[in-house]
Amino acid sequence: MSERTAVIASRVGLHARPAGIFVAAVGELPLEVTIAMAGEPAEDAMDASSILSIMSLGASNGDTVVLRADGEGADEALDSLVKILETDLDAE
Amino acid sequence: MVGNKESRTIVQTLSGKASSDQAETGRTFSGVGVSPGRIIGSILVMPQAVQEPAVGERLAEGTAPEDASIALRAAAKAVQTNLTARSVGASGAGREVLEATALMANDPMLVKAAVKLITNGASAERAIWDAAASVAEMLHNLGGYMAERATDVLDVRSRIVAELRGVPAPGIPYSDTPFILVGEDLAPADTATLDPAKVLALVTSSGGPQSHTAIIARALGLPAVVAAAGVDGLSDGTVIFVDGAAGTIRVDPGTDEVALAKAWETTTAALAVFDGTGRLQDGHLVPLLSNVGGAKDAVKAAAAGAQGVGLLRTEFCFLGRDTEPTITEQVEAYRGVFDAFPGKKVVVRTLDAGADKPLPFLTDASEPNPALGVRGYRTDFTSPGVLERQLEAIAQAADDTEAQVWVMAPMISTAEEAEHFAGLCAAAGLTTPGVMVEVPSAALTASSILEHVDFVSLGTNDLTQYAMAADRQLGPLAALNTPWQPAVLQLIRLTVAGSHDQGHDKPVGVCGEAAADPALAVVLVGLGVSSLSMTARALSAVAAVLASVTLPEAQQLAALALTANSATDARRIVREKLPILNTLGL
Repeated sequence: MSERTAVIASRVGLHARPAGIFVAAVGELPLEVTIAMAGEPAEDAMDASSILSIMSLGASNGDTVVLRADGEGADEALDSLVKILETDLDAE
Repeated sequence: MVGNKESRTIVQTLSGKASSDQAETGRTFSGVGVSPGRIIGSILVMPQAVQEPAVGERLAEGTAPEDASIALRAAAKAVQTNLTARSVGASGAGREVLEATALMANDPMLVKAAVKLITNGASAERAIWDAAASVAEMLHNLGGYMAERATDVLDVRSRIVAELRGVPAPGIPYSDTPFILVGEDLAPADTATLDPAKVLALVTSSGGPQSHTAIIARALGLPAVVAAAGVDGLSDGTVIFVDGAAGTIRVDPGTDEVALAKAWETTTAALAVFDGTGRLQDGHLVPLLSNVGGAKDAVKAAAAGAQGVGLLRTEFCFLGRDTEPTITEQVEAYRGVFDAFPGKKVVVRTLDAGADKPLPFLTDASEPNPALGVRGYRTDFTSPGVLERQLEAIAQAADDTEAQVWVMAPMISTAEEAEHFAGLCAAAGLTTPGVMVEVPSAALTASSILEHVDFVSLGTNDLTQYAMAADRQLGPLAALNTPWQPAVLQLIRLTVAGSHDQGHDKPVGVCGEAAADPALAVVLVGLGVSSLSMTARALSAVAAVLASVTLPEAQQLAALALTANSATDARRIVREKLPILNTLGL
């Protein structure tokens, strides 16, 4: 199991357009990725390819989230997702 | 603007022209004309809202849960593909809404929840219905921005059910060629997907002069008829003639209608110009200003010759957000508007949230009667501070611009409230405070209110709904819900009288939809209204009609309208005395 943490950079938090961009990126991976707020147990993590799950997570600007994935290429995949979360997507 | 008795019946006449559809040939419909224009085009009917599948509906006998799940996944995918394809053609906010809803349509969490219900024996339609309801409730309970997205989940649900049933998707139909949109009524959400380049005119069987359909039509300059009973029974592709001033529709138009539509094209070209000075025939000046909702609008209004802004709706800064915008953000947004009107008046209305414009951080969506609830100025009772910060932002933005910035509060009911608002303005350094007159109590106490503020502006849409106790969205009440109602005109007269009392003589403007109706504009000026503010598109038509009358003539027409027996009579009597309306097709 690979694991990464990321600090949400988008000013509006992880919803609206930033959530859409993130979910689309997860959807393109051949892996199952989960997302949870930092400090929450791994079994409560949500499906990162679900925009509705991401929205219900309610991660705001500055919050730390944990991404997890298993399998070949998981490390690289998570690194690329962290990069997306740590960019202010709303400003672009 | 109002339906008469005949408008409720469908007159069927026979046309000499051959048609493939004998039953509909030459058939005419009458409704309430809400936005002028004469046009011929082929129609697309907005599909009926998707009906809820029966509670507890089970899988049909012989249908395996696996097959139903496959059908559901296919439907979800199809809806996603369709919404994604449409988002490519959209722009701005409309595009973002479509992109996000496309993702929701095929959301793994939503689909998994529905498949689980199917496995337990529910029909695919009922499964997605219930699964989406749970998700929507969850979002609703999160509040704020998420709560607003609950509507999108329910929209996606309707689309998936329509797909499963093989019926057209709800909402505005999509077409590559321009069409006349026919439906029951438009919802605010439909505006995001209404492409003014594709829609020629709007015709609805329900709704009134203040309905969203009417407001959208006037803002976009599209001819529109509402409350035309039966019109939504026409089939797609039917060619009709629409007269948005007379409120009439004719199926399979003849040579007369073709000529009228051609003449309208010429008129619109001639009416496209406003010279920038509103005046009557005798030279009496009536400044014509524009209602705007942001810098882009303001630039357009200035180009159309508007003599200032009579209503800057500041909601644009706040809508679609789950937190209050910062003062810096607000300053920037307001300055964009001020800069479009150097040396001219810009009347800023403070935040008007509530009722049909909810804001998650200010208004309570669970109020049983939002139109009579905490809205407009009243949000200052429950969320103090927001208004003061907004006034501070307006003052900062006003500081280094050449615009003359006036400020007014919406939904003021008492002189005491006006006094309090004036105090807040003074504290922020804003020198010209005013209030909206939308609540009948404010019209009745205009004299006392004007002891505390420098001007009032009549918001005729809300003033009408409150004076007539008629919800402005309700089609069956369309005849009550028109500013032509003599009672509404009396309230306007009293407001002007209040200004004349004790020698105040302070400006009384109108910034409601009423000001955009050229015939009613004459009556308003006759009642003593000093300036009119409207959508920029209406400026030239209103200016042309005002220039055809003198002040005594306008006063005479106002007197006739005030004493009329009904709104229909008031409108008819006034229009008969303004022959220019017929000449111009207004």
